[in-house]
Amino acid sequence: MTTLKQKWAAASSSTSLKATSHAAADTASYRKAKNRLPGLAVPKSTTPTTKPPLTFPGQLAQSTVRGYATQKQATAYIHGDKLYDIDKVRHDFPILNRLINGKPLAYLDSAATAQKPAEVIDELTRFYNEYNANVHRGVYKISEEATAAYEEARAKIAQLINAKSPNEIIFVRGTTEAINLVAQSWGRANVGLGDGIILTEMEHHSNIVPWQLLAKERGAHLKYVGLTDDGHLVHEDFRQHLESGGIKLVTLTHVSNVLGTINPVREYIREAHKQGCRVLVDAAQSVPHMPVDVQDMDCDFLAFSGHKMCGPTGIGVLYAKKAILEEMPPYHGGGEMIREVHLYESTWRDPPYRFEAGTTNIAGAIGLGKAIDYLSEIGLRNIQAHDQELTEYMHEMLGKVKGIKIYGPANPRTKAGVISFSLGDVHAHDMASLLDEDGIAVRSGHHCAQPLMDRLGVSSTTRASVYIYNTEDEIDRLVESVERAGRVFKI
Amino acid sequence: MSSIYSEIILDYYRYPRNKGTLPHAQIHARDTNPLCGDVVEMQLEVDEKNNVKDVKFNGQGCAISQASASMLTELVKGKTIDDARKISKEDVLSLIGGQLTAVRLKCALLSLKVLKTGVYNYIGSTDASKDELSGL
Ligand SMILES: Cc1ncc(COP(=O)(O)O)c(C=O)c1O
Repeated sequence: MTTLKQKWAAASSSTSLKATSHAAADTASYRKAKNRLPGLAVPKSTTPTTKPPLTFPGQLAQSTVRGYATQKQATAYIHGDKLYDIDKVRHDFPILNRLINGKPLAYLDSAATAQKPAEVIDELTRFYNEYNANVHRGVYKISEEATAAYEEARAKIAQLINAKSPNEIIFVRGTTEAINLVAQSWGRANVGLGDGIILTEMEHHSNIVPWQLLAKERGAHLKYVGLTDDGHLVHEDFRQHLESGGIKLVTLTHVSNVLGTINPVREYIREAHKQGCRVLVDAAQSVPHMPVDVQDMDCDFLAFSGHKMCGPTGIGVLYAKKAILEEMPPYHGGGEMIREVHLYESTWRDPPYRFEAGTTNIAGAIGLGKAIDYLSEIGLRNIQAHDQELTEYMHEMLGKVKGIKIYGPANPRTKAGVISFSLGDVHAHDMASLLDEDGIAVRSGHHCAQPLMDRLGVSSTTRASVYIYNTEDEIDRLVESVERAGRVFKI
Repeated sequence: MSSIYSEIILDYYRYPRNKGTLPHAQIHARDTNPLCGDVVEMQLEVDEKNNVKDVKFNGQGCAISQASASMLTELVKGKTIDDARKISKEDVLSLIGGQLTAVRLKCALLSLKVLKTGVYNYIGSTDASKDELSGL
């Protein structure tokens, strides 16, 4: 079997990047090629050319480390007329210069939170230094600037997910708050005694607990779509639940944060709409990694977090169709969300402001707008191709480690960016500690998905997840380090 | 960098000493580490002079939490309740050896917390003992 590296090497010898980039402009398929960036001496060995200087934990690496991190050939992808220059991308992320235990940080935990490019960090600083003001209130210059930037961010989000209007975009703290908003506002108004809500066994706690709270309060039922042994939804469960009647809402994740499974949300939405129920899609793990089009998908609600897509923490998005939002009562009461306030009653503003009570995370929203600029510049299709290649590479290479068990789909093409695994009787926390000794950051535990862990019959897994700045080298280091853990534990 | 995963830790993880249950234990406590799902349960049989006649642990979780629980049972066995009460964090950490990060410290000290919870329930807790437990 030819490895990905061999494929890439073959691609590089048969194509020259410059020559193909033009031709690729009018083809929808990905073209990729290996490209040696000019001026970069790239030794083949896996040891640094210069010994990294002694550093204390937390100290920034010297410039030689960049040589280490990018010592192998750079990878370039072309989609349309855009070039994926991994070296440039890595250069944009200051944190990747850090040494952990004397080794360059290999950050493989982007499913938890993504790193931030300098552009986003700089914009936050610029906001606070140059135009910090409350939005929608002041008539003075900097308040107008802040308001414009805040609303521009909303428009960028609308454009990113192809919403019909920026008014369908509500700023929230993150996916968790977005889902709670729907449960508390739409849910309390629409879900009653004996009604049903369909969920899946692979949901994150944030797409389970808000519905448990609602169901308890309203006397409604939760119905779960089960999983096959290889981590796909049991579609038959879904159909049966739908046909059982009384279903008001279907809520499911687009991509599993544990297994990486990509769910057929479009088909589920079509089926659910035939029965007249609404659908919420938890897009926390999809919007950062692939083009998402809410009109094409036709979801009623979509929730995602800014921090998983290179934006700041504390900012996220609830998208909902305008007609639904207009009927929804407020979630929080306070300033900004009102039309008129009297002593005993008030009237509400139109969406999205009805749902943005109080001073919101202005800097966060502006930072998220910058992050979207950044991701769009690379191109979401490009990002998807990059993440997909790395996921497949990681799946293949980890799969060769003696004693390893990979959870979820056996075909890496049906998973996005995330791989959960275990090795013999090595507990996930011990694995993560051993990887940390080698400067590799992965997640271990139940990943806020205990029902899924129960279904898998484990108490925890180790999870490695990739994003725009990760490289094959880092995957190789991960695999080497997992093998080392196997030796330490004598697997 | 020296790994925390010494031969000794791995040995206690794979071949735990004093693992099991004591049906006639007077002292029984259990706790979990919600961060990583480690579970440790401790049972102690005590005679009328407050000597620990027998001790067993049960549980599941990472090597650090399980090995430290097993090591702790050996430390306690044959001692008095008062000796058990006086065991310090440092005592447990020196059994484990190596450098632990803050998160892994919780794993290492879970069994001590469970032991002390049981002991204080038995001899009576005070404000000081509650503070001590919440500091573990
Ligand atoms: C699938 C999924 N849903 C929801 C969340 C919760 O996101 P947040 O913590 O940003 O609210 C996460 C993040 O871990 C996730 O992966």
